[in-house]
Amino acid sequence: MSTEQRPVPTPTIGIPLMTDGTPKVAARNVNVYYGDKHAIRDVSMDISQREVTAFIGPSGCGKSTFLRCLNRMNDTIDICRIDGRIAIDDQDIYDRKMDVVQLRALVGMVFQKPNPFPKSIFENIAYGPRIHGLVDHKSDLDQLVQSSLERAGLWKEVKDRLDQPGTGLSGGQQQRLCIARAIAVQPEIILMDEPCSALDPIATSIVEDLIDELRASYTIVIVTHSMSQAARVSQKTAFFHLGDLVEFDETEKLFTNPQEQRTQDYVTGRFG
Amino acid sequence: MQTFMLILAVGALILIGFQVGHRRSVAIVGGKASQLHSLPGYHGFYIALWCAIPALMVMAAWLVMEPILLDSAVMASLPAEFTASKTDAQLSLILNDIRNIAAGNIASERSEVTVLAAQRYAEWKQTSLIARVIVVLAVAAAAIVYARRRIHPGLRARNAVENVIKTLMILCSLIAILTTVGIVLSLLFESGRFFEKVPFTDFLFGIEWSPQTALRKDQVGSSGAFGAIPLFGGTFLISFIALCVAVPIGLMTAIYMAEYASRKIRSAVKPVVEILAGVPTVVYGFFAALTVAPLFRDTGAVFGIGISSESALAAGVVMGIMIIPFVSSLSDDVINAVPQSMRDGSYGLGATRSETIRKVVLPAALPGIVGGVLLAASRAIGETMIVVMAAGLAANLTANPFEAVSTVTVQVVTLLVGDQEFDSAKTLAAFALGLVLFCITLLLNVIALHVVRKYREQYE
Ligand SMILES: Nc1ncnc2c1ncn2[C@@H]1O[C@H](COP(=O)(O)OP(=O)(O)OP(=O)(O)O)[C@@H](O)[C@H]1O
Ligand SMILES: [Mg+2]
Repeated sequence: MSTEQRPVPTPTIGIPLMTDGTPKVAARNVNVYYGDKHAIRDVSMDISQREVTAFIGPSGCGKSTFLRCLNRMNDTIDICRIDGRIAIDDQDIYDRKMDVVQLRALVGMVFQKPNPFPKSIFENIAYGPRIHGLVDHKSDLDQLVQSSLERAGLWKEVKDRLDQPGTGLSGGQQQRLCIARAIAVQPEIILMDEPCSALDPIATSIVEDLIDELRASYTIVIVTHSMSQAARVSQKTAFFHLGDLVEFDETEKLFTNPQEQRTQDYVTGRFG
Repeated sequence: MQTFMLILAVGALILIGFQVGHRRSVAIVGGKASQLHSLPGYHGFYIALWCAIPALMVMAAWLVMEPILLDSAVMASLPAEFTASKTDAQLSLILNDIRNIAAGNIASERSEVTVLAAQRYAEWKQTSLIARVIVVLAVAAAAIVYARRRIHPGLRARNAVENVIKTLMILCSLIAILTTVGIVLSLLFESGRFFEKVPFTDFLFGIEWSPQTALRKDQVGSSGAFGAIPLFGGTFLISFIALCVAVPIGLMTAIYMAEYASRKIRSAVKPVVEILAGVPTVVYGFFAALTVAPLFRDTGAVFGIGISSESALAAGVVMGIMIIPFVSSLSDDVINAVPQSMRDGSYGLGATRSETIRKVVLPAALPGIVGGVLLAASRAIGETMIVVMAAGLAANLTANPFEAVSTVTVQVVTLLVGDQEFDSAKTLAAFALGLVLFCITLLLNVIALHVVRKYREQYE
């Protein structure tokens, strides 16, 4: 299978656009450039509400890039340029009137390497609610911190050490702390970029269970290099290759019966 | 001159030694260099080192010993009746004359005895020179022959060379360390002599500084008071003003460069800021004395504030400008060392750039910034040139930045400039001041380095 970029983007196989209901996120003809490099080529897809959507594909194919478009994290990169339309709840997030701060509160993000702030566990969680002014009283804040940690399944482990530094937790706990931190600002969508790649199998399975629970209340997009993880946690899967969205379908279908040769090669491990 | 030629000759022998080692090692294995434990070049170095070290050591020893031996031999050869009635000081004068006559210079006194002695001196010196050349070259040549015989395929020349290089480096760092130790010891020793004359507590806690001691008993107003408090007060006042200027400006510069400036601006601005650190302090000094001080004085006059033309303010402000780069470039480094993931985490939660800087980046970088500020402070406290030119000589004890104050460094300079008798309390006071200053800056440096290191560990 070639690693040469095709001259024109290939049309996506599968069902990238929803046929019924309204999508949570709707991306249309999105192109991303880093300077001259064309990193995402004409990608259109719908991400549906309260589901886990997985992005898979070989390294450098643009998964993170596309993910970061969804909360405009790419704005922090000077050379990055985006065109096309991405709408959340039918509102264009690249609209001039869009408040990026509000958008990022609405679309939380969890990173590949756990990155707790060098502050106490409590302060890590309280950071988001504080800057957005979500709570009026200290007691509300305590309540919010507790409920966020509970949802992230971390409360029992840390309830006696809230004042200790978040950096002192284990890797898996740190990652759940980051998830709790994202939850605390009450987002509707959570983006996760390889959230388990720095974790051991046990911590990974805890986080995977957590993702499965969170699905009931949030729309989740997860980038992963583990085919089995995508199969376990996601309902829909998008396969990227060299900036193209090659195939997008129900996870089960994409893994058992891929339509595209490139997808098949990748999911069967013959390539990547 | 002869010494220089001799060194050249030894150098030539060293080169020859290298060639010999190289050739010999190749020859010994019949041209198959791969059978050698070490590369032929290492065998070359091996002989070269064997040649260089003893020869140079002999030469150095000779150069040290020769004058001592010559002097004593010449003095011993003088007729006993000539030397008998003379004091040591007179004898050393005579020796000087002999040397001068021997070298063909003008002597203060020529007598029969000294001229004869000078002839002997010159003769012996000549002999010594010839002997030196022969001995040194012989040692070098012998070493080559000896070392050549040691060469065999299994010789660990590589390791031997490694060891010599390591020793060389240790010696060099030893020189640095020993010099420091020497300086500290001499400070301690001379300060000790000072404290014999002036009680320690008077020095450290006295509030009057006027180091002019009376030459005659009946002179007035020259009691010689050595209270260092006004000096340290002045030093800290000026340093404090300097930090008040440098910390905000330096920190803002650092934040701008690390967080806001595009790469292009950064690559242009950073070197320019660092040029500030390269401006000679003497330039800052006359800038302070000739431009800033009059400016402050005149501005003060407009508002009816009396600002002395040697005000602490002028010196402090200029010194602050001087230490801006210390604060800014160190803070810039630590701010850059805060991982990008930390910022991403904050942006990802919807924080604005300034919120991210204030609440995440700066707290994370704070220890490092504090370290940078402490280093800048120790630099300010020890700074001399600016204060010599722009601060006063009058040791006032005041916290008013508009008045003239004097600093420790200024006083050390004035105590030691010009001809001095070396054991008056006045001169020795400089050592005591130096010692205390050294202790303060050392302490600041140690704390600063400790803080910075702690900070580094946090992210490794
Ligand atoms: N900040 C950047 N500046 C320039 N090019 C970038 C930048 N970030 C990503 N790219 C390029 O864009 C392409 C897509 O990168 P991206 O990080 O999205 O890949 P990815 O699919 O997430 O890979 P991985 O699985 O290794 O994380 C790559 O070719 C990469 O070199
Ligand atoms: Mg990635």
